[in-house]
Amino acid sequence: MNLFLETLIGGLLAGTMYSLVAIGFVLIYKASGVFNFAQGSILLFAALTFVTLLEQGLPFAAALAVTILILILGAILIERTVLRPLANRSPMTLFMATLGLSYVVEGAAQGLMGAQVHALDLGIEDVPIFIGDVLISQFDLVAAATAVALALVLALLFNNTRIGISLRAVADDTRAALSIGINLNRIWQIVWAVAGIVGLVAGMLWGARQGIQFSLSLVVLKALPVLIIGGFTSIGGAIVGGLIVGAAENLAETYVGPYIGGGITPWFPYFLAIAFLYIRPAGLFGERTLERV
Amino acid sequence: MNAHPRAVEAAAPILDVRGVSLSFKGVKAISDLSFSVVRGEICALIGPNGAGKSSLLNVLNGVYVPASGEIVFNGEHFRQIEPLAAARRGIARTFQNNALFKKMSVLDNVLTGLARHTRTGFLAQALRLPGARREEAELRERAEAILEFLELQPYRDLTVGNLAYGIQKRVELGRALVSAPTLLLLDEPLAGMNAHEKAEMSEFVFGINRHLGITVVLIEHDVGIVMNLSGHVVVLDYGRKIGDGTPAEVASNADVISAYLGTVH
Amino acid sequence: MTHVSQTLSSSAPLAPLTLPARRPRLALPALLLLAFVAVPLVGNDYWLGAILVPFLILSLAGLGLNLLTGYAGQTSLGSGGFMAVGAFATFGFVVHGGLPLPVAVFLAGLVTAGAGLLFGLPSDRIKGFYLMVSSLAAQFFFEWLFQKFPWFYNYGSSGTIALPRFEIFGLNAGSALGRYYVTLAVVAVLTWIAANLVRSQTGRSFMAIRDMDTAAAVIGIPVYRTKVLAFAVSSFYLGIAGALWAFVYLGSASVQSFGISRSFQVLFIIIIGGMGSISGNFIGAAFISLLPLAIDYTAQYFFAGHVDAGLLQNTQKAIFGVLIIWFLIKEPDGLARLFRNLGERLSNWPLRF
Repeated sequence: MNLFLETLIGGLLAGTMYSLVAIGFVLIYKASGVFNFAQGSILLFAALTFVTLLEQGLPFAAALAVTILILILGAILIERTVLRPLANRSPMTLFMATLGLSYVVEGAAQGLMGAQVHALDLGIEDVPIFIGDVLISQFDLVAAATAVALALVLALLFNNTRIGISLRAVADDTRAALSIGINLNRIWQIVWAVAGIVGLVAGMLWGARQGIQFSLSLVVLKALPVLIIGGFTSIGGAIVGGLIVGAAENLAETYVGPYIGGGITPWFPYFLAIAFLYIRPAGLFGERTLERV
Repeated sequence: MNAHPRAVEAAAPILDVRGVSLSFKGVKAISDLSFSVVRGEICALIGPNGAGKSSLLNVLNGVYVPASGEIVFNGEHFRQIEPLAAARRGIARTFQNNALFKKMSVLDNVLTGLARHTRTGFLAQALRLPGARREEAELRERAEAILEFLELQPYRDLTVGNLAYGIQKRVELGRALVSAPTLLLLDEPLAGMNAHEKAEMSEFVFGINRHLGITVVLIEHDVGIVMNLSGHVVVLDYGRKIGDGTPAEVASNADVISAYLGTVH
Repeated sequence: MTHVSQTLSSSAPLAPLTLPARRPRLALPALLLLAFVAVPLVGNDYWLGAILVPFLILSLAGLGLNLLTGYAGQTSLGSGGFMAVGAFATFGFVVHGGLPLPVAVFLAGLVTAGAGLLFGLPSDRIKGFYLMVSSLAAQFFFEWLFQKFPWFYNYGSSGTIALPRFEIFGLNAGSALGRYYVTLAVVAVLTWIAANLVRSQTGRSFMAIRDMDTAAAVIGIPVYRTKVLAFAVSSFYLGIAGALWAFVYLGSASVQSFGISRSFQVLFIIIIGGMGSISGNFIGAAFISLLPLAIDYTAQYFFAGHVDAGLLQNTQKAIFGVLIIWFLIKEPDGLARLFRNLGERLSNWPLRF
């Protein structure tokens, strides 16, 4: 029973990391209908920039501020050079453009800042603690708390600021939003910048745990099943989806893995996602659009 | 195209809609609708916007599933019918907003309409076995004949997405027609056309019915054209049938007049 | 010949101006003559074995993915995984089944087709982006499968699969020339078959589903069956490409040769070359094979030896990315369309000043 609980809780906590990556995805998808494959690369880029600045001797806060500034500039650049010329193209074209973008961002990140592994110390001790008689990673707890806090902040921003409300208007009906004078390009820039900052937070947490290196950009592949399960358009769905994937893959690895050779976490979430799709074709929280002819 | 022996089965219904109802998320689109279409006729569905005409066509060929009622087509009873099954039984269809394959040429679009007549397997086609080559030649011949009939030859190799709306409507008619359907459902075939194009299209529809013997059910807003073209008119309003008969009967029906004139508030 | 047809069309002023020019019938035989006779005469071992063989195999893989994505409209990121199935199945048929290599490769193609069919089954319920999850499931599942179970690589120490060099129809497939001819022959036949397929009723059904699948069902195309068929045919091609990649090009391979980056590479080939085009696969593969060479050459020429390999690799990656985006913006139909437009302009050249 203890093993089960520890596996479950460990999985749920790891799942909050997936949620963090997925939230960045959902933001962009909601605002611009772009399935942003580059989210993983942006995460890598953000974390790499941050840690490089730290290594150059900048204090923590300054490094953070400069990184955020760079992310905002990057968002503007992406909007100008990629999104704007491709406006009104099919979602598939936009997706492929973000594939190209991920190559550019990865190439730039590693070309400018090197491909070696950087250690990042956030000052969170990675020692397991006992809660009752269940062993839990302290680091995971902090990471999970951060994810929840970030989601809450985003929810508040969406519901209470003008920009948040414009963004929801755009997500709801782009044409109507345009007709009441919402600047779509500005919205895209803001959303990509926010998604970049969410990526930075996720990248810092992942990076502190396993070092900042190329493999960070591959978390995008982990986020995909999360999105499928949670739906592409719901932040709540991204969180729940992340928890489900985290818990399910940990449980499967512990209880099923040993019988079939182990190491099943790379593909298990995908099969889980397919199973979910059969039950709910648009995800748990996604809106099902009726096909009209 | 095999013409039907109209004289023999003149009064036999090819299509019988019995008590069909359809709703979207609790909103009734069609309520308890019944009517028959006689083999060989042109039956027009008219009525104000939102009367449920397009929804009805979508029920007839299986795109929508009705909540209740049944459809009898050619003696077969259906509670619901799959789009593919409808196509295979000879129900062909055009759409209100054109549902063409935009990146394909006119000829290829028309050729896709022959899917239900294709007998050879993909392997024979991939290897260009004699059977497949013969069939492909036959299919092309049929498609070319349709292009000829609808005067689409000048456009045959052009990509459909780039053509004028009126031409696209004709291509879509060709794609439906090439399958040699027994029942042709046309959703506003004249919409968005100028007077000249409308006259041309009416000619085609008339010819299809008269010379090829295909039963036609069409939706049209231009009442003048409907009265000329069709021998049978069914009037819908808010998903209910309010009139059913010859153009003359319907034109003198009080409910129909009030539905049309009464829409002006 | 072109002169006659042009005088004819210009004397019929009512015909629409945009009638596409008929392709010259001589192009294909000329191309084959070039590939089978001229290239081997001038090419050295490096060009034949290290550039042209992988180029041809990547074209074949692109062709496989293009049938599924470019023609039938179903996106896949699992090309690498299916290539792995082809390679490992070939190895299994030779090592465990004792079959001759050509038979093994063909059967491996069929096995891969079966695998593709299996992962295409969810396409009845899952569409668009959501379907990508199915191809990624295939990618990661096969990577895992062929690494975890030593039976697949015959209990070797490093997980690699290798077969002795073979001889086929008197050609020594150990030499670069032999490997070039084997690859060329397979690719030529499979390209002919694919070209037939896309011009047939099946190919039109693929495209109909890509353009609008609701309408496809209404006009009598069995949508689900056609989608699954597209998955199977596409995977057959990818399986053969994987087998060739492992045993004709590399000589020995492991799962790492067929990772997700291979899937991306194949996808880039069809984006750059042109979705829904047969020749585009070759153009895209040529582009992807030659660009790194060009970048290397440029770096050597200008900075001789001062650029480290890592930086060069990352620069190359970024350039690829920029080109992908640029193509999507400027020429969404790929280089194949660009070349065709150019060709049409050239063939009309004396008439249009």
